Amino acid sequence: MNGVTARYLARRLLAAVGVLWAAFTVSFVVLYLLPGDPVATMASGGLDGEPLPPEQLDALRARYGLDQPVLVQYGQRLLAALTGDFGTSIQNGQDVRGAILDALPPTLQISVAGLLVAVLFGGTVALVATYTRAPWLRQLLMALPSLAVSLPVFWVGLMLVQVFAFGFHLLPSVGANGAAALVLPAVTLGLPTGALVAQVLAKSLSQALGEPYVTTARAKGVGRAGIHLRHALRNAALPALTVLGYVVGNLLAGSVVVETVFTRPGLGRLTVAAVGVQDIPVVQGIVVFAAAVFVLVNLAVDLIYPLLDPRIGAIS
Amino acid sequence: MSRPLVLWLAAAAVLLGACGATPAASTADPGTPRPGGTLRFAVSSDQGCADPQQVGSNDTIFSLRQVVDSLTDQDPATGELRPWLATSWEANADASAYTFTLREGVTFSDGTPLDAAAVKANFDAVPDLGPRASLPKGYLAGYTGTTVESPTRFTVTFDEPNVQFLQGTSTHSLGILSPATVGKSDDERCASVIGSGPFLIESYTRDDSIVLAKRAGYAWGSSLWQSPGEAQLDRVEFRIVPESGVRVGSLQSGEVDAIGNIAQQDEAVLAAAGVQLIARANPGIPFGISFNQATPIGGDAAVREAVSLAIDRAEVVATVYSSQTTPATSALASTTPGYADQSALLRFDPVEAGSVLDAAGWLPGPDGIRARNGTPLTVVLTWYSNSPANRATVELIQQQVRRVGIDLQLREKPISESTPTQQSGDFVANWGNLTRADPDILRSQYSTAGNNYNRLAPGPLDALLAEQAAQPDPADRAATVAQAQQLLVRGYHTIPVVELTTVLGVAADVHGVLFDASSRIQLHDAWKVQP
Repeated sequence: MNGVTARYLARRLLAAVGVLWAAFTVSFVVLYLLPGDPVATMASGGLDGEPLPPEQLDALRARYGLDQPVLVQYGQRLLAALTGDFGTSIQNGQDVRGAILDALPPTLQISVAGLLVAVLFGGTVALVATYTRAPWLRQLLMALPSLAVSLPVFWVGLMLVQVFAFGFHLLPSVGANGAAALVLPAVTLGLPTGALVAQVLAKSLSQALGEPYVTTARAKGVGRAGIHLRHALRNAALPALTVLGYVVGNLLAGSVVVETVFTRPGLGRLTVAAVGVQDIPVVQGIVVFAAAVFVLVNLAVDLIYPLLDPRIGAIS
Repeated sequence: MSRPLVLWLAAAAVLLGACGATPAASTADPGTPRPGGTLRFAVSSDQGCADPQQVGSNDTIFSLRQVVDSLTDQDPATGELRPWLATSWEANADASAYTFTLREGVTFSDGTPLDAAAVKANFDAVPDLGPRASLPKGYLAGYTGTTVESPTRFTVTFDEPNVQFLQGTSTHSLGILSPATVGKSDDERCASVIGSGPFLIESYTRDDSIVLAKRAGYAWGSSLWQSPGEAQLDRVEFRIVPESGVRVGSLQSGEVDAIGNIAQQDEAVLAAAGVQLIARANPGIPFGISFNQATPIGGDAAVREAVSLAIDRAEVVATVYSSQTTPATSALASTTPGYADQSALLRFDPVEAGSVLDAAGWLPGPDGIRARNGTPLTVVLTWYSNSPANRATVELIQQQVRRVGIDLQLREKPISESTPTQQSGDFVANWGNLTRADPDILRSQYSTAGNNYNRLAPGPLDALLAEQAAQPDPADRAATVAQAQQLLVRGYHTIPVVELTTVLGVAADVHGVLFDASSRIQLHDAWKVQP
């Protein structure tokens, strides 16, 4: 590692810390500015509890530190967060870090499975669309991603459940038990993400196919498939890699809907429950965690990039 | 969910139903209950806590109600309290002290005996519970302590009359938990609790499921149950399925045996699949409009009367709610003990509404909105999105009152704002309800000695509400409560519109799923036809 790379790394790490701090602060401000507070929400007793007298509500706010001045609350939370402690959930008293770590594995499962579906679906569509000589097939395939992106995720999920679970009894409709239960959520999550991959990959494949080195390869007698897979795809994969950070974000955001439709535990469900009752510690924990994932993925992409394309490393 | 999507789903479901296994409608006599089997019940939400004393949402109460016994049980048909853990009880003259006699031989599922000391430990701990426990805190308002006289005899005392406490003892909120559970912090109790009920918690996974197993050796229970002793079902699995389309599909395809939260648009599909739709109106204060009477508009009796006359309750019910729902007919829902029909005062008469407003000087303006001395007749109605039907309801009411020249403006707020809004008085009209199987809810809502969120002026109503709170005799109390309802409705202090109704879908081969007096379920007698 030379001095240039070290400085580059240091700069990126500093930016990452900035992003995490911003995520923490913005989520705190937004939650704080929302009308109502978690104590009032919980004391409203689900749908139809009788309201507690104000003095009891005040006592409960004091218990959760919600009676402190806003800057004190912010400072205390920030200091604790620096040590990795996001406090305990106001809703159920669970340790926030533990709750996020518990919710992580099931979300990782559908995210990885969804990513697999996305790469397979997106890659296939892009390759076939740029390879085929039939204009109608090309146009059809190029239209698919736009369609898949514009379909609401929860609608796709519900339709899949209706057809494959309730209609043909092929797959379980809900739950997180076993690989079979992973299929429908993965497809639901993977389709819109795959569409994104397809769009980016098809565009850069078309571009690559017009490059001079393709003409050279063709002149040397390399077959169409060989050009497509060995030459064009390798070069076109780089731009697709840059959207990886965005794809991971897509998968995380999609997990909110997919986990709700398919009744799976995970970060998405945890988020929905916490936002609904303004459970500030949990929401902040999730926001900071998601920001950290983003930062790490983008950092990883930046670090891998020079390895794949030596020209970038030479410039920086 | 948007309407086109719902139609789409319904169409898809009907088409697919042909290839799926559709349970046949059972019209035959169900026969005698047979023990065994697992009941799978899908509900829409999880409140995040497995302690019956700390939950208030029906979806969670459905499961946790089965885990605890209560001192008393309330007969859903008559509203009378019947023996359960307590064999007898008496109140002192002003209903500020209650002495209970417990049955013997009851144990919690951890083996400890359920005695007077255990009950005392439960009640003593309630004031220290957090904000989740607003219901038991309300029932024990003014609690000064419990005196244990013998292992089976104890007295609960309050610093003022508390007649609603007795009904509270029949609810899940004051269900009795093992001293081992009571000794834990409120947050710890959310993970799991130990009760003495016909079922025990086998596992609780947040946002996923609550699994109950039959308590072996259960030999007590409510005097209202059909068969004493152990429950019929071996297990009950409550699954959390937030998406309504998935819940309906799961029941249709036989993946679950029962579901909650059934909307109007789901009924036809489920009925076609042979599902039993069982319903009961929630007792307490029905959904309706109350006013901040300290405001010029809310304090104008003519405006309140005109709003009431302009609302076509039958149309509201038919358009928005499930077919078993009925219009509200009093300040209390028809399933509340002490309910007295006031429907004669709650008619739909837009012509009369017009004359009332004319007489009060609210005259039609050029844009159709009435005005008085240049002030348009605008009523701002605050409502909350806590019940899915609320939006459609208030929008329909907005159209209905517009026809008599009232400009109803809708202001939506999150449910967490409900208490602060009413406390601060930052509202003119408020849309809401309260579920409670005791008429004392009228006192906490409308007495000027209480919160008085509606800013009512002190009057004869206060005396009636205070009187019923100290009347241990049910007949005397019902007479007082009837007068209070009449005053409330006649003075248009509340405009009841619709009785919130709990509708469940239950598969044709499941029997004995019964509503309790609070329109929640009791599963001790439930059984399933075995294949």
